Amino acid sequence: MRRHLLSAADLSRDDALLVLDTAEELATVAARTTVGKLPTLRGRTVVNLFFEDSTRTRTSFELAAKRLSADVVNFSAKGSSVSKGETLKDTALTLEAMGSDAVVIRHSWSGAPVNLARYVQGSVVNAGDGTHEHPTQALLDAFTMRRRLGRLEGLKVTIVGDVLHSRVARSNVLLLSTLGAEVTLVAPPTLLPVGVHTWDAAVSYDLDAVLPKSDVVMMLRVQRERMGPGGERTAYFPSSREYSLRYGLNVRRAAGLQEHTVVMHPGPMNRGVEIAPEVADGPRSTIVEQVANGVTVRMAVLYLLLGGAEPAIGSAPQVSRA
Amino acid sequence: MTAAPHDPPPTGPRPTGPPRTGPGTPSAPRPVTGDLRAARPVLSAADVGRVVDRMAHELLEKTGGGADVVLLGIPTRGITLARRLAARAEAFEGVRLPTGSLDVTLYRDDLRLKSPRALEATDLPVEGVDGKRVVLVDDVLFSGRTVRAALDALADLGRPRAVQLAVLVDRGHRELPIRADYVGKNIPTSLQEAVHVRLSEDDGSDGVLLGPADLSRQETP
Repeated sequence: MRRHLLSAADLSRDDALLVLDTAEELATVAARTTVGKLPTLRGRTVVNLFFEDSTRTRTSFELAAKRLSADVVNFSAKGSSVSKGETLKDTALTLEAMGSDAVVIRHSWSGAPVNLARYVQGSVVNAGDGTHEHPTQALLDAFTMRRRLGRLEGLKVTIVGDVLHSRVARSNVLLLSTLGAEVTLVAPPTLLPVGVHTWDAAVSYDLDAVLPKSDVVMMLRVQRERMGPGGERTAYFPSSREYSLRYGLNVRRAAGLQEHTVVMHPGPMNRGVEIAPEVADGPRSTIVEQVANGVTVRMAVLYLLLGGAEPAIGSAPQVSRA
Repeated sequence: MTAAPHDPPPTGPRPTGPPRTGPGTPSAPRPVTGDLRAARPVLSAADVGRVVDRMAHELLEKTGGGADVVLLGIPTRGITLARRLAARAEAFEGVRLPTGSLDVTLYRDDLRLKSPRALEATDLPVEGVDGKRVVLVDDVLFSGRTVRAALDALADLGRPRAVQLAVLVDRGHRELPIRADYVGKNIPTSLQEAVHVRLSEDDGSDGVLLGPADLSRQETP
């Protein structure tokens, strides 16, 4: 039976901890090997199917697969048969016919990975779908928090900014609540999704009230590309400057944080909008660590999905070949 | 594996093909599985102590007092045994042998046959393994596949001057041309049997038991 990683909600507490613990061991082993590679996924093929621009996530998955000795095929929508009108289903079946064991998919449509999982026999890993989810980002964020602060249980995590368009926020809320952290979302009312009260997280509009209590502050990028024509002018907030004043992590706000509090950002950043450059480059910032940890965590996910006869984590297929 | 065997080889079947000592293959259902009450003791706690003492003496003898030796235990009980060998060597001759652990999961040849397993710690001593005489330590030597994986893992971590193998129990049934340099006890077994090594640090008490194979639990191959 094949399994997938489509949503952070696919992971039970035990699954999630297994990924984090596996990543921890992989980090030590991979750092010590003289060849920089492990033979574990020799003979497996991982297809990176990216319908949306991404440097860090695609490169991260590619490196993770290669460090486990898998073969990697990169497929981007530009210049492919997709630009000639091929459907997602046909693309998937084509790749499968070529013998892929796992498909890592990034797509601007929320739900595209779930759709893909109906057609392919291999494992599907969601590398970000629209404004829906980005489960490996949540895993690497949790891994980074645990490495810096030693625990996740009871940790007060504040996620600030464009929650409405953020798949990172949704996956983080799901995973962090599974792992026992307490999440607070801070955003202007216009940048919170409908139904946010059903999420396992507190909601606040007042950043200054929440910051001093936080162990982790995660800043989100203002996703102008998802705000329609005219970007910020389409009434989500009056101006970048006002957004930055009310919801940006500037030097003054960072100075008021607790001693141990870390500052995270999934990248790419808008320096000077949601985060001041001095904070992004300061000692609290985990932004560069997050990138490094991303490779390790994705190695763990690929190992647990593809390393054995049966995947050790993830959700069961919902529908067989339609 | 460098030195000549110092113990008589196992009296069980020789590794010249799959041994067939029992009425069926290990896939035959067993009436009692994994029940330690159904197992009979082969080594008592006192025996385990004596055997480890002897192995520590042999190790010191064959390595000229433990020069350049690094002990690497294979999880879980191999790590415990490595620590004990180091402690005994220190008690006998006052030498401190660097000790670490080596997880071989990512190098196993049977990964595709079962669900991916959780990884154990790989923890090399600060001295590293380059130019050292590495002694791999495990509880049971069976098919030899774990040791093969350990040799591959070790090759990725550095270039030891020599590699030796120490096991508490050699139960025979080798599937690869591998043998141990230091053997606590040769125990001839059938494939329908399981060897249970118990060490107080991991299991609360010392002892080696021989019982019916537990098909739900993966026997150390």
